[in-house]
Amino acid sequence: MTIWDNITFAFPEIFIAIALMILLLVGVFTSGKYGREIGWASIGVLAVALYPVLFGTAAQTADLFNGAFATDGFAKFSKVVIYTGAAVSILLSGHFMEREKINRFEYPILILLSTLGMSLMVSSTDLISLYMGIELQSLSLYILAAFNRDSLRSTEAGLKYFVLGALSSCLLLYGASLIYGFTGATTFDAIAAAGLTANTTGLILGLVFLISGLAFKVSAAPFHMWTPDVYEGSPTPVTAFFAAAPKFAGMALFARVMVEAFPTIIAQWQPILVIISILSMAIGAFSAITQTNIKRLMAYSSIGHMGYALMGVAAGTAQGVSSVLIYMSIYLIMTLGTFACILAMRRPEGMAENISDLAGLSRTQPALALMFTVFFFSLMGIPPLAGFFAKFYVFMAALDAGLFYLAIAGALASAVSAYYYLAVIIKIWVNEPAPEFDRNVGQSVKGIAALATLLMVIGIFTIVPMLTGYAETAAGALFR
Amino acid sequence: MTFASLAFYVFAGATIGAGLGVILARNPVHSVLFLITAFISVAGLFVLMGAEYLAMLLVVVYVGAVAVLFLFVVMMLDVDFEELKKGFADYIPLAVILGVVLIVEIGFTVAAWRFTDSAELARQHPSPTAGQVVTDPTGPNNVESLGLILYTDYIHFFQIAGMILLVAMIGAILLTFRERVGIRKQDVTSQVGRKRAEGVEVVSVPTGKGIQG
Repeated sequence: MTIWDNITFAFPEIFIAIALMILLLVGVFTSGKYGREIGWASIGVLAVALYPVLFGTAAQTADLFNGAFATDGFAKFSKVVIYTGAAVSILLSGHFMEREKINRFEYPILILLSTLGMSLMVSSTDLISLYMGIELQSLSLYILAAFNRDSLRSTEAGLKYFVLGALSSCLLLYGASLIYGFTGATTFDAIAAAGLTANTTGLILGLVFLISGLAFKVSAAPFHMWTPDVYEGSPTPVTAFFAAAPKFAGMALFARVMVEAFPTIIAQWQPILVIISILSMAIGAFSAITQTNIKRLMAYSSIGHMGYALMGVAAGTAQGVSSVLIYMSIYLIMTLGTFACILAMRRPEGMAENISDLAGLSRTQPALALMFTVFFFSLMGIPPLAGFFAKFYVFMAALDAGLFYLAIAGALASAVSAYYYLAVIIKIWVNEPAPEFDRNVGQSVKGIAALATLLMVIGIFTIVPMLTGYAETAAGALFR
Repeated sequence: MTFASLAFYVFAGATIGAGLGVILARNPVHSVLFLITAFISVAGLFVLMGAEYLAMLLVVVYVGAVAVLFLFVVMMLDVDFEELKKGFADYIPLAVILGVVLIVEIGFTVAAWRFTDSAELARQHPSPTAGQVVTDPTGPNNVESLGLILYTDYIHFFQIAGMILLVAMIGAILLTFRERVGIRKQDVTSQVGRKRAEGVEVVSVPTGKGIQG
């Protein structure tokens, strides 16, 4: 395969890279006067990049750059979700950034850079490109966390994320070097081939470090400590972005590494993932109960949800991988919708972030109250909302893979987590009203919240059947 | 014992000794100096392995840039390390337990140490062309083989590394750069475009009266 072929297949990534550099130059030369226009242009870039992913060369299956980068059904599915999630995050931010006076043109550019990193992550089939994709994504996220640099909490979030992220990168790199040392290969298929004959003790040691690093990136327990502080401290649209696309990319990468590089030693890594999954679900369920800040609540909720998604990875089957993709796609819609509602919690004096601020919302703003209720019921996994189907498929995958105790733990954790979601819903519908929120929160925030609510309610007829079909094809690509 | 193996033991010993010095030295400035010694010793080891380009790179990048940066940070930030170390001794029992557990675990791994044939092969020839240096003295040298692999087989990684550096640059500027107001900037165009009439005033001075007004 010539270098030109490689370039044609990697067209979406190359296009994003060149476009963001042009936008950066435009922003710098116009002294940042056109921040809003650059935001819209970035959404345009992501929309254009979707075209080759869906219909162009990137939609075909190929191994490129000496096995470092692959375009296949799995990468295609992931990229569609990631680009959409990133574009929605840019849409959500506009009004907030202007109100907080941090509407700098670098914001959409950094989102594009981290989207590029995620795009490379989900396509990577080599330990080096895996690491570099993760670094490109995470470095952009560290900067985004500290984006409101005059706020102490935002800079603290950025610093904390950076230091712990650097540590997790060290773990990941150390694991990758051990794996390379024991198999003599960095590409996933070569590692899988060498895994049959290699010394499994050394390989597992490397694998444990690799899993630790990846678990940190998707904020699974016991590597979740950074999540609540970073979620709380970062500007809310940035938190919405953190909770959506990077989580999807991390989980997709997790699934790809496990089933493509280590299929022969599944008996060794399955118990590790089961433990991580159970711990995440438990910590997500129990720690969220005492939270008073809605962003921290969402952080613990996301830790718990990562636990459910890891159930599908732990299954290690095609069904498991497809259930992870379905779960993460539905979670992405739910979480972006919930954060759109949280962005609507604004009083004239600033953002309202406490759960008590939601009291009696049903009387002051019934529409917002209804949307919150739908999202929380969906996050809980109540049928017929879309969130139920997300959980249904991962539970089925875990049961079919014989992980009964994992499914039982998941069911118990769901029951506990229902408690704190219900507590918020009761506050919204029963308690005495708190002061009213500012209604001017931007058209795009309202539109996204409404659209996501609609998708949750009619998901059973629309997105769920659609996603199951595509996710099955996508997961099949990893087991060819 | 040949000279090469003697040199190996000297460099290896110096690396380990300096490494210990980094963590044992009380004064952080001394730690950084030990770190530089360790880097230079490792560079010597690289030369012995026939990787002279990597050796020079290590000296230039790590000693020349990174270590000096460390030195700047340590000397200019004036961190009170004694203050940081306070209360450290309280955790020693826990640290000993964790250390013992880790050593036992590593011991188990080392006891079961066995490499695949492909790993053995890959270690002898880190890059396909670098292997030729040993057997064929007329083959590509260090820099050439590195360049051959970096800009062809590894072009993908090379490009991503470029994007990562771009992110680092954007981040550094975004988080630290502040537009200062009220400073006078030099404007070359207006300086050059200045006419004589704007800058010089010709006054005819009557004798014995001086300049008035």
